Amino acid sequence: MLCILGIYALTGSAQTPQPKDTTDAALAQYRQMLQEANPADLYVAKGQALWAQARGPKAQSLRTCDLGLGPGVVKGAWVRLPRYFSDTGRVQDLESRLITCMHDIQGFDEQELIDLDFSKGERLTIAQLAAYVSSESEGMPFNVPQTNPVEREMYAIGQELFYMRAGTHDFSCASCHTQDGRRIRLQDLPNLSTPAGAGFAFGTWPAYRISTGSIWSMQQRLADCFRQQRFPKPKFASPATIALSVYLGVNASGQVAQAPGLKR
Amino acid sequence: MSDPMRIRLQSQGELTTVKILMSHEMESGQRKDDSGKIVPIWNIQDVIATLNGKVVMTAEWGGGVSKNPFFQFVLKGTKAGDKLSVTWRDNRGDSRTDEAVIS
Repeated sequence: MLCILGIYALTGSAQTPQPKDTTDAALAQYRQMLQEANPADLYVAKGQALWAQARGPKAQSLRTCDLGLGPGVVKGAWVRLPRYFSDTGRVQDLESRLITCMHDIQGFDEQELIDLDFSKGERLTIAQLAAYVSSESEGMPFNVPQTNPVEREMYAIGQELFYMRAGTHDFSCASCHTQDGRRIRLQDLPNLSTPAGAGFAFGTWPAYRISTGSIWSMQQRLADCFRQQRFPKPKFASPATIALSVYLGVNASGQVAQAPGLKR
Repeated sequence: MSDPMRIRLQSQGELTTVKILMSHEMESGQRKDDSGKIVPIWNIQDVIATLNGKVVMTAEWGGGVSKNPFFQFVLKGTKAGDKLSVTWRDNRGDSRTDEAVIS
C-alpha cells in the first residue's frame, strides 16, 4: 500500500475507475476541476523551450537527441520507452536517455546529473524535458517493445522486483498493487498487474504534484515508492528502476498515455 | 524573466469564461527554509484584465494565493475579435502581460 502510483490521475479517460460511492464522485469532480488548470502545462512549455535551447558546455540544443524513433523525433517516442538502444548497449527509460543526450550532445557530466537531488538544478531540467516529451505522446497507446532479448530480460527483472518482499516492513510493490478496488485512505490503489491499472499509473507520470508544488518524473515516483517501502534509496536512472518501468510500461500495452498528469 | 501565462477563453453568446494559469512561486513570507530562515515574501499583488484596452477586472492578491495560481472569471458583453489582455505585478516590481483574442 506504500507504493502509490497514479492515484490522482485525471478523470474523463477510459481507464479511470468509475466512481463507486459519493466520496469517489466528489473526488472525481475535484479532479475534473483541477484538470482544467494543470500547472504541469507550465512545465511542458518550459521543457519545450529547454529542448530547443543551446545549453551545456558544448552549447548545443537537444534537437538531434535520439529518443528511439530517430534523431530529434519527439512525437510518439515516450509511449515506446523504455527500449534497448544500440549506441549505449542497454535498455533506457526516458530520463536515462535524456542524460545520455545531455552528456553526448551538450557535454554535461553524466555522474553529476545522476548524483544531484530531484528537482535541483539540471535534474529539474530533466523533469521539465520529460514533461514536454511525454506530452508529445498524449492520447497515444503504449507500445513498449519486447523484441530484443535484453528488453525481455529487463521485464523479467522488473517483475521480480515488483513481487520482491523486503525491508523492515516485509513489503513489495505487489503487496498493495495487485488487487482491484482497494484504496488507502481516499486514494485508489491501481492494480499494476493489469493493463488498466498499469496504464493508469505509468501513463500519468510525469505529473504536477500539488502537495509539493513541483513536477515529478517517473524516476522520482519510483524512488519515493522505495522510500515508502523502507527500501534503500535507489540510484537515479538505475537498472532496477528502469526494469520496474519496463514492467509497468509493457503491462500498460494498448492503454492511452495521459501524461503529464496532476496528482495530490 | 517570468514565464508566460496560459489563457483559455470559452465563449457562449455574449459571455466569455476566462481561465488563466500563471507561473509564479507565490512565497507567502511565512515559510522557513532548511536552515530555519524565513523565505522572503514574493507574490503577485495586482492582477488587471483589459478588454480592448478598457479595464474590466482588477484583483488584489496576497500571501494566501497558491503557487502557480489558477484564476477564472466571466466577462459579459464580449464579442468575437475582442482582445483580452491580462497583467500581473508582483512585490518585486516584476510583471508579465499576456494577450488572447476572443473567438
